[in-house]
Amino acid sequence: MSALNRLALPLSIGLTAISGLGVLLTLLGQSVLTGGLLNFLLLLAVASVMALRLPTGWRSGLLAGLALALTTLLRANTDDKIAFYLLLAVLIGCFLLPNLTGLVRAALGTAILLIAVPIAGLSNSFLFELGIQIGIFAALALGLNVVVGQAGLLDLGFAAFFAIGAYTWGIFGSPQAAQFIGGFPAQGLPGNYLFLFMALAIITAAITGVLIGLPALRLRGDYLAIVTLGLGEVVRVFANNLDKPLNITNGPQGITPVNRPDVGILADFLRAIGAERIYGRPIDDAIAYSFFFYLLVLVVIGIVVLVNARLANSRFGRAWVAIREDEIAAKAMGIPLLPTKLIAFATGAAFSGIMGAVFAAKQTFVSPESFTLQASINILAFVILGGMGSIGGAVVGAAAVTVLNLGILKDFSDLLNTWRQTGVSILGYNMANLPPQLNPAKYERLVFGLILILMMIFRPEGLIPEQRHRAELQEARQEAKEGGGT
Amino acid sequence: MTVADLLSILPQTILEGLLLGFVYAMVALGYTMVYGVLGLINFAHSEVFMIGAVIGLEVFRFWGNPEAPVISNPFLLLLVALIFAAAGSGTMAVLVERFAYRPLRKRGSKSILVPMITAIGVSFLLQDLTRIYAALRHNEFNMQYRTYDVLNTTLTLPLETTIQVKGIIIIVISLLMLLGLTYLVNRTKLGKAIRAVSQDMQTASLMGINPDVIISRTFLIGGSLGGVAGVLFGLLYTNVTPYSGVLPGLKAFTSAVLGGIGNIPGAMVGGLVLGQLETLSGTYLPFLTNGNFGTEYKDVFAFLTLVLLLLFRPQGLFGQNVSEKV
Repeated sequence: MSALNRLALPLSIGLTAISGLGVLLTLLGQSVLTGGLLNFLLLLAVASVMALRLPTGWRSGLLAGLALALTTLLRANTDDKIAFYLLLAVLIGCFLLPNLTGLVRAALGTAILLIAVPIAGLSNSFLFELGIQIGIFAALALGLNVVVGQAGLLDLGFAAFFAIGAYTWGIFGSPQAAQFIGGFPAQGLPGNYLFLFMALAIITAAITGVLIGLPALRLRGDYLAIVTLGLGEVVRVFANNLDKPLNITNGPQGITPVNRPDVGILADFLRAIGAERIYGRPIDDAIAYSFFFYLLVLVVIGIVVLVNARLANSRFGRAWVAIREDEIAAKAMGIPLLPTKLIAFATGAAFSGIMGAVFAAKQTFVSPESFTLQASINILAFVILGGMGSIGGAVVGAAAVTVLNLGILKDFSDLLNTWRQTGVSILGYNMANLPPQLNPAKYERLVFGLILILMMIFRPEGLIPEQRHRAELQEARQEAKEGGGT
Repeated sequence: MTVADLLSILPQTILEGLLLGFVYAMVALGYTMVYGVLGLINFAHSEVFMIGAVIGLEVFRFWGNPEAPVISNPFLLLLVALIFAAAGSGTMAVLVERFAYRPLRKRGSKSILVPMITAIGVSFLLQDLTRIYAALRHNEFNMQYRTYDVLNTTLTLPLETTIQVKGIIIIVISLLMLLGLTYLVNRTKLGKAIRAVSQDMQTASLMGINPDVIISRTFLIGGSLGGVAGVLFGLLYTNVTPYSGVLPGLKAFTSAVLGGIGNIPGAMVGGLVLGQLETLSGTYLPFLTNGNFGTEYKDVFAFLTLVLLLLFRPQGLFGQNVSEKV
């Protein structure tokens, strides 16, 4: 171990330097290191910088260097998704690695989020799409994290609040509202009202949270789970069928087109800073909207994380944890149970409500399909994977699952398809014989299921556990080892 | 429609609710028995039920192939399908317990969330494994049960009600299974052991009962009932998909909660009550609201009933009021 510690610094410096050199050579058109090898080197470098024990200063420097190398590489090879995933890993690292100074975290994080990702996204707008999806899911995960992780109330109908937020803007920001409100503008409210409706979505979602919570939160544990599941389905059934007697939600066809805010100023800004050179074409609406929603999601996530962190350390946050750990003891300490739980429900609902409104505008389409039980459970999977109760965990969980789902599974499907067409044989099996039904991108439930089971068996505290929760689980494990448990 | 018209379709509606209710009751038993011994909502039970339906379908499909039937008598074929489904689903439930739930129990985690989330994971896994199987084997998502004229013959009963032969079969088999289970739980040694474990696992183990064995048997019994219910469900609705266990499973769980979860007679009554609620609301809601709120809202009605009942009787219809231990 000590040998590894002594070697850690030279090893990570060496790896970073070699991969940096590789990137430089690629830029100069000298493909000494081919794509796959370079990616592998970068992967090793990122892994070594993040996992090995390094002095603070060196780690900050190497992270910055790697971020720079990855951004340059992404600029040169626009389709290099692995580089993008590594960039995300560096980003997550600079928020979560233990021994970095606050200044480094802030500077590096801002640089990656506001410079590196936009440069990569302008080169390949799929990366913006991925970033936006991660952001939306992260807000949902943060919302559910308040309810399940911090207050310990299992809510299996969480997508309902997302739906409320989405429909709040979807109905009024589209021709839909004119269907049942006489004299309403035929095209719905102009897109710039979105900002007002994001605030309204917070309120409507929070009210729904209280309305669902009032009956449901009198129950506990398993009963709560099944009742929230049922009420979540009730919201979806209403969204699916309220096209009569009054056409409020347009039923299963969904609402389209939902208006988006005006992005003229942003497009001008992009032109002014010369983004056209990176984009390779004149700035058009598509890329301006991608960039706009990326920024919007970023701002919303920032607010949500800030509010969440402040709440977690407030009176309410401590009361939630107390209720999670022992309801009766919490009550005995004078915590009013129902109001405290209702606040948790309303807070979680508000987080997902605001993202719902953004989601509606981003998709320009809202339909009940997006808010099924499956969606609720996906959100739960983010929280579980990341670590129940931990804010960083919720974001990392959402990022990991989204990358897995939208990126890695799709890439793997594509790879299998290529193998199938070229008829490569692997371990003596001719891949051309592989049935076309085996398409990994289609079986996301299987992946979710496996993640949930394996996490529960091997690491129930999640990837980035909340401190308190980790201690508690270790204690239980210790007890079981000593033969105390049954 | 006049009141007389509404009344005249009432017997038929009740009869249809009864068929549905028996299927729910059998699935609900699987939930309630597992909850009784482990205190766990076994979300994977809806997939055990669905797998039963798929196994039955495969028996019908291959041994009842009209070109070269191995078994040509549809009644015999149904019996074989039921036996295979019971065995297959029972085994599946035992395997799920062995490989997903037991490791958690052994580690001594006290959180109720951990096993429940595992159950959700298992449920997802089984859904997609079945989907892969269906895609590879038949290249389809919707699987159709074979229909037989003998089973679909309609009989007329008094009060202007009609029932198909398969409806009678469903009622008879469900009644037999429910009576058999009641006997097993109340009159046999195994039943006594199951009741003992669900009352107090630790004390039961001091009395020479091996809780692991009993839990495994409980999963076997619940799973077999679920498998049988799956075949009957497939017979009733003819269409099975890898995801078709979800909604009936949810309803069956609702029935179990309605009757008081952990309580065996409660699950049976809860299933029958929910079956009635669903068909009655499905038939009468459109008339009562002038067609504004149609049959689609029958699930809303079922869930809202559950919420209301739990508000006034949190322990369900038959559950005992267990006060929280400090």
